[in-house]
Amino acid sequence: MSIMVTPGADGRFGEFGGRFVPETLIPACQELEAAFNDAWADPSFRKELDEVLHEYAGRPSNITECHNLSEQLGIRLILKREDLNHTGSHKINNVIGQTLLAKRMGKKRIVAETGAGQHGVASATAAALMGLDCKVYMGAVDVARQELNVFRMKLLGSDVEAVISGSQTLKDAVNEAMRDWVATVESTHYCLGSVMGPHPYPYMVRQFHRVIGDEAYAQCNDLLGTNPDVVVACVGGGSNAMGIFSGFIDTSARLIGVEPAGGAAVGRGQPGVVHGMKSYLMQDEYGQVQEAHSISAGLDYPGVGPEHSYLASIGRTEYPTVTDDEVINAFQVMSRAEGIIPALECAHAMAWIIREAHTMKGKTVLMNLSGRGDKDVGQMMGILDGLK
Amino acid sequence: MTGRLETALRARIDGGGKCLVPYITGGYPGWVESIRACAANGADAVEIGIPFSDPVMDGPIIQQASQVSLDAGTTPISILQEVRTLDVGIPLAVMCYYNTVFHAGEKRFASDLAAAGVSAAIIPDLPLEESTDWTAAADAAGIETVMLAAPTAPDERLPRVTERARGFVYSVGLLGVTGERTSLAGTATALAARVKKVTEKPVLVGVGVSNAEQAVEASRVADGVIMGASVVRRMIEGGPDAVGAYVREVREALDSTAW
Repeated sequence: MSIMVTPGADGRFGEFGGRFVPETLIPACQELEAAFNDAWADPSFRKELDEVLHEYAGRPSNITECHNLSEQLGIRLILKREDLNHTGSHKINNVIGQTLLAKRMGKKRIVAETGAGQHGVASATAAALMGLDCKVYMGAVDVARQELNVFRMKLLGSDVEAVISGSQTLKDAVNEAMRDWVATVESTHYCLGSVMGPHPYPYMVRQFHRVIGDEAYAQCNDLLGTNPDVVVACVGGGSNAMGIFSGFIDTSARLIGVEPAGGAAVGRGQPGVVHGMKSYLMQDEYGQVQEAHSISAGLDYPGVGPEHSYLASIGRTEYPTVTDDEVINAFQVMSRAEGIIPALECAHAMAWIIREAHTMKGKTVLMNLSGRGDKDVGQMMGILDGLK
Repeated sequence: MTGRLETALRARIDGGGKCLVPYITGGYPGWVESIRACAANGADAVEIGIPFSDPVMDGPIIQQASQVSLDAGTTPISILQEVRTLDVGIPLAVMCYYNTVFHAGEKRFASDLAAAGVSAAIIPDLPLEESTDWTAAADAAGIETVMLAAPTAPDERLPRVTERARGFVYSVGLLGVTGERTSLAGTATALAARVKKVTEKPVLVGVGVSNAEQAVEASRVADGVIMGASVVRRMIEGGPDAVGAYVREVREALDSTAW
């Protein structure tokens, strides 16, 4: 029997998950749950989804064996190349799925939140493809950090609103997207960008991303004749990690979700409720949600998807942290050794592998390279100049 | 057993009047005096907001007041300590987001409210399906849990929501978050009428009821109104005196209308 949970009507993964949203959104969540279950079971929807992912997004993504880093680290390192997808990250899998579903439900408009801009760009891209209006909420701090992605979204025809409330980062962008959805729920689909939020989002988004793990499982089997020993991914909300973990959850592989030291929801948080879900959450002694601090806007999130909380609680997955300094180093190491510039988010996974390689000598390590680092080179240029 | 909040609202309704429940953000400078001003000027109860870092049901004005309050060091405990000393003669309800309750522990939070003399709680991100643990603790502690009815609710859902409501039923005035609007949304009276059909409990319209005229309009169908952003804006701009004058104005408009 699989460890993977298919949540019932209560949306629970163990004690985590659920649907903690204002009454106004309950019918919309129920409608979405029914529409997703119906579509997911419909062969014509699955065929259309597969076709768009293949012809438009470029799936299946390759795996790449990293010979140089493998030699340096004394492990066998394999990358799952989600960075090669259209728009440069894994986020496209989910937004293609959700926008096809939105059209099927008769919605004319989507709203999305974004941190680094990867999900925002992917949403704007899918909206352009599908002919939907799109508004992206992005914390004002992130707008400043990721101005090229803001321009990309506008170029793709989306509105981008800088969110000036709270910490002005990803969690506040989620709040503002939810406020928009409360007001526009009849015409609008909320295209949530990670395995978080109220039921059915954590389950639905994981299903849209499990293609990563399913492909990687088959590809590793072809290459290795067996599973990798360790599967590593970075975790903010946790969508790329749930995607790749899905393919290996019932194998003997260690599953490692790497969190930023300043945003370690699983590592340092306690169970709490925000953004519609019960999950591990960074909060103060009164339950006020704390601000995450990370070099990577995409991981600047104080919570984590509820399925991660569940998998952590049963001991199936591990959630170590890495520091910004380790990430800056890993970003450069990977670029020079392999000619691949990773997104700062994935550089967290790489940083953990570099630090822990000595404990994994001779092991096969599969890392989800969930996005490319082009969006981060401006920020890194400033950081590296500052270090000189 | 009927709680203090419902008893007070029923007294107003049975006397042929309409209920007025202003909202005050707890911990904002002048909040205690503002509650006194509400009570002295004809409010039937006061809803006290416990500020939360991520208030998804609130628009800019209440977000701003919440942030100022949090920045000043307000905590749920500091609010309840002051509430305990309030003796304003009308029931008090708290409005808070669910993590404040969950983090404290449902039983502890319910007993803390009761110990502070609070009559009721409104938790806007705790819908019916998730409310069981809280309502069990609240019922045991004698705290009335106000449930929200939304314009999007299908007919089959409304009776289940109103059945679970204590104190009153909070009929959400529009699709959207708290904040002032230039006119009352058509959904406000439409939903209030649907809710009134399925319950004998007091039905108050809140969210988007922005002035005396709109309060009267909503009360033509409902048993009264909750007024949030328009009250908090006056607290921000003019302090407790401005709150008192505004509550008096709305009270007089409600009292001078023939129902």
